[in-house]
Amino acid sequence: MGKTVTIDAKGMHYTPLNKKIRQAVADGAGEIIIDNVLGQRFIGNGLRGDATIVVNGVPGGDLCMFMSGPTCIVHGNADHAPGNTMNAGKVIIHGSAGDAVAHSMRGGTVFVRGNIGYRGGIHMKQYDDKRPILVVGGNAQSFLGEYMAGGLLIVLGMDGSEYFGRGVGSGIHGGEIVIRGDVDGSRLGVGAKKLPLTEDDRQRIAPVIREFAGAFDLDPAELLNAEFTRIVPASARPFAGKYTWE
Amino acid sequence: MCGIIGVMDRRRQRMDGSAIKRALSMMNERGSGEGAGYVAYGVYPEYKDCYALHVFFDNTHETKRIVDTTLEQWGTIVHDERIPTYDQPGLRAIHIPWRYFFKPDPNRMSHSRSPEDDIVAQIVMRINTARKGALIYSSGKNVGVFKAAGWPEEVADFYRIEDYKGYIWLAHNRYPTNTPGWWGGAHPFNLLNWSVVHNGEITSYGTNRRHIESYGYQCTMFTDTEVVAYLFDHLVRKHGLDIDLAVRALAPPFWDDIDTMPEAREKLNRAIRLAYGPAMMNGPFAIVVANHDAMVGFTDRIKLRPLVVGECGDRLYISSEEAAIRAMEPNVERINMPPAGEPVIGRFVV
Repeated sequence: MGKTVTIDAKGMHYTPLNKKIRQAVADGAGEIIIDNVLGQRFIGNGLRGDATIVVNGVPGGDLCMFMSGPTCIVHGNADHAPGNTMNAGKVIIHGSAGDAVAHSMRGGTVFVRGNIGYRGGIHMKQYDDKRPILVVGGNAQSFLGEYMAGGLLIVLGMDGSEYFGRGVGSGIHGGEIVIRGDVDGSRLGVGAKKLPLTEDDRQRIAPVIREFAGAFDLDPAELLNAEFTRIVPASARPFAGKYTWE
Repeated sequence: MCGIIGVMDRRRQRMDGSAIKRALSMMNERGSGEGAGYVAYGVYPEYKDCYALHVFFDNTHETKRIVDTTLEQWGTIVHDERIPTYDQPGLRAIHIPWRYFFKPDPNRMSHSRSPEDDIVAQIVMRINTARKGALIYSSGKNVGVFKAAGWPEEVADFYRIEDYKGYIWLAHNRYPTNTPGWWGGAHPFNLLNWSVVHNGEITSYGTNRRHIESYGYQCTMFTDTEVVAYLFDHLVRKHGLDIDLAVRALAPPFWDDIDTMPEAREKLNRAIRLAYGPAMMNGPFAIVVANHDAMVGFTDRIKLRPLVVGECGDRLYISSEEAAIRAMEPNVERINMPPAGEPVIGRFVV
């Protein structure tokens, strides 16, 4: 692992900040610590390699967009769309995040310890070995997994609240959404159906839950044994009859 | 895309404009330099019983006479002056901002239940529809809008916003999408004591406009948001709805949610949707409105625009982004994102 670089982002615009981050990665830094982050957008965008970026503060929107490889740890809340169209790597947010978390994500992992806003995991997708994962520790607001085309989305409800959103998996045509507790049928979006979590499913998601617990220093036991509802596409082409006729 | 922020002090402790200028500038990415503005409540204590009319004049030798004459017909001009401005390199001074402190004579509209408000509202509509080079963009008591076409810092520095103190501030950074950016189209929009800042677009504008114009309001700003100020004035001042019911009329619950409500709530919500159908706003929006009693934030029912709420002591903050709140108050205690359509209402404790 390379050296550690510390950047003070106080009052800095995101363009010079991202230039400094890129320069540090080019110079072989293994860890980049950014202090006093407040509202800077696009941190870590398009970044490659395997560096770890530590964000101390509240970053602006589109954190780690198009990122491919690095790990980004946020000690604070994130704004809209962290992990937007991310290709590979990890985003670990110790606070909560805004709307459209993991927007169009195509690979890698986003872990949020707290809650997320509306449209979490909108249009996540998968291809071959690329299978993005979004795990939310708290709860998520409505239209979770809207137009989801692939990947895995887990809501752990660790704050004890039941899932209260509407339109879950609206237009989902690939991937799966796993939500702790029961989700009333009226909460499902068009094109989504719910299934019980089978023992096979549970085994399949267990490593993800263990990794999430490890990232935040939590005991995974209770989470591994909790009751979950699994939401999947009702068909591979939910809107086949809407715009075209065969 | 636009940036909005509002702050209120529940004990009416006044804040100068420097902090909200800093907060709004955090969201420069949300604007395009074609409109920014601020409104402050409690800004004219020395004239608190007068209506403070802010006017954009194209020039003062031709157009001011029309406003002077109209005001003198309906009441007394207690004082008037040019609003102090300070040239900014990036801001082209198109209009001359002027302010009148005006006392309407209630005897001249004796049939009205709120004659002074009605006199001022009809003067605003009359001057603005005449399009004679004068536009009244702020007309409440002890409240003032300061706006222009420019970036948030430029507009703030143009008016030296830090020289004003208020217990509620709203601010807006504009990214015009459907209509050109101009001084009158910058937010906040105001009528009497109501002020509005808005991020998004109101796709039901045509319906809302026809509805509100049938009650005598006139839309003259070439953009959608002004209907929101008129709708609040109409629903709350004229129809006597509480603010939360007014929000319910503008952003009502879905029918399938209403169907599952307990009977009394179901009846109320059904009645509001039926009575105020043409006032219902569609499209993506996050809105903060204020008057002298409250500050209210709400979004469209499927939450197509962001809204973050923060609290710290007596202060309530509502903004497009958390970072903007933290720029004003680094020690903010509670941050949350309210559910779509649910109003966040801040009221004064004194």
